[in-house]
Amino acid sequence: MTDDEFTAYHDLADETGDHRWAFGTGFTDPLEGIDTSVPDGVNAAALAAYCLMLGDDALIYSHRLQQWMTRLPELEEETAIANIALDLLGQARMLLARAGRAEGAVLAESTGLAESTGLAEGTGLAEGTGLAEGTGLAEGTGRSEDQLAFFRLEKDFRNVRLAEHADADFAQLAGRLLIFSTWRLALLGRLHDSRDPVLAAIAAKGAKELAYHRDYAAQWVIRLGDGTELSRTRMQAALDTLWPLVDELFRADTVAGDLPGVAADPAGLRAEFDDVLSTVLAAATLDHPGAAPMAEVAGKCGRDGVHTEALGYVLAELQSVARAHPDAAW
Amino acid sequence: MTADVAAARQIAEAVTDPELPMLTLADLGILRDVTCENGHIVVTITPTYSGCPALREIACDLQHRLTLAGFAGSTVRTQIAPAWTSDWITPDGRRKLHAAGIAPPNPAAAGAPPPRGPVPLNLIMAPRDPVACPQCGSLDTAATAAFGATACKALLRCGTCHEPFEYVKEF
Repeated sequence: MTDDEFTAYHDLADETGDHRWAFGTGFTDPLEGIDTSVPDGVNAAALAAYCLMLGDDALIYSHRLQQWMTRLPELEEETAIANIALDLLGQARMLLARAGRAEGAVLAESTGLAESTGLAEGTGLAEGTGLAEGTGLAEGTGRSEDQLAFFRLEKDFRNVRLAEHADADFAQLAGRLLIFSTWRLALLGRLHDSRDPVLAAIAAKGAKELAYHRDYAAQWVIRLGDGTELSRTRMQAALDTLWPLVDELFRADTVAGDLPGVAADPAGLRAEFDDVLSTVLAAATLDHPGAAPMAEVAGKCGRDGVHTEALGYVLAELQSVARAHPDAAW
Repeated sequence: MTADVAAARQIAEAVTDPELPMLTLADLGILRDVTCENGHIVVTITPTYSGCPALREIACDLQHRLTLAGFAGSTVRTQIAPAWTSDWITPDGRRKLHAAGIAPPNPAAAGAPPPRGPVPLNLIMAPRDPVACPQCGSLDTAATAAFGATACKALLRCGTCHEPFEYVKEF
């Protein structure tokens, strides 16, 4: 092939022998070449569980945002939501890959994988997924981002319930994006000096993206809230609907507790979140919602794998192609 | 091997970005390192945004160009820290963007939304500092969309010549 004939298409086709290549396919490990060894003194199983939580938040919410494509009121909002969903998908890929590597570190340490049932306890990582066979787990490598995204059951997902909610209208989209991005920005902002350098790097990059997401959402909440009587009514109704899912974001979890210096204390994010929400709601002339938190189930919620009905529908769509064609590559 | 690395670096620097084809990887500031390990060239790049879908294509492009130049078996690695900033776009890169009708980014330190800073209460997500129209140079420009065709761009319009244009966001 001469230089003139070169296209990335030919190169990818040569490499994979697959001529159906399209832009955005041919995914490789997003952490390729990055030192993902777990720092001394860091609980690798807890680190894997923690990255899975943050990765699942981004993955599931990104999917919900993607479902808005072709349904948004203006082309500009299409590109905005597509970009935001893409940022979150990128964060999800890195976090799930990081979870898989940390999981691999746990498995490499443990002798006699089949007997090491203690590993799964509390983390939900390997519990009941039946993935250990034939996936390289036995070699101590941990699961890949694809295995984690496409081949886990609903109860093994660790996202907060806010992420899986189905927006009923554009006001809910704007309100949920404001709540989610304000909370996640506060969270990632505290992880930039995490003792796990990989998590710190993912967080530092993600925080810059979330600052744009939050600004975008705040702008729409203000425009709708301080808009017409109808837009204000709907914006207020959206926040009232979403508010029961807010408390869970700040709920203490044992995983973060097992990661001093690595993870952020969820409760510690509340003051910053409340500040931002109060400021935006005041500018939007909206009332601060007062709805009671959604009930937990026997003390469990999203972080424990106990979800609302909505997650099943997300996963059915997200996972169906991969599950129907488990040997397919993209 | 030193000379070889320098030659490989020159090739890697000249590879262009698939979404901003007027920019080389060096112009864009995403080429972090070119080294030689065990006789093979290792190129390290960093993504602009977490979800950048062009990274894979860039990696293939790099390997292909290096192979054509006689550097077989090269590898491309990703590095995410320190996070890419639009400040790393070189003066050359800024000139090329401008020539292509795309406004280059203002300094990120001054303009990007500060992570964890106060939430701006605008109705339009405007760049903090005025952006000059790449067509007529007017500073009378306004944002029309905060997100553009790629993650790194916003859409603006000039109030003087009325041309819409893309702006590489400070990031």
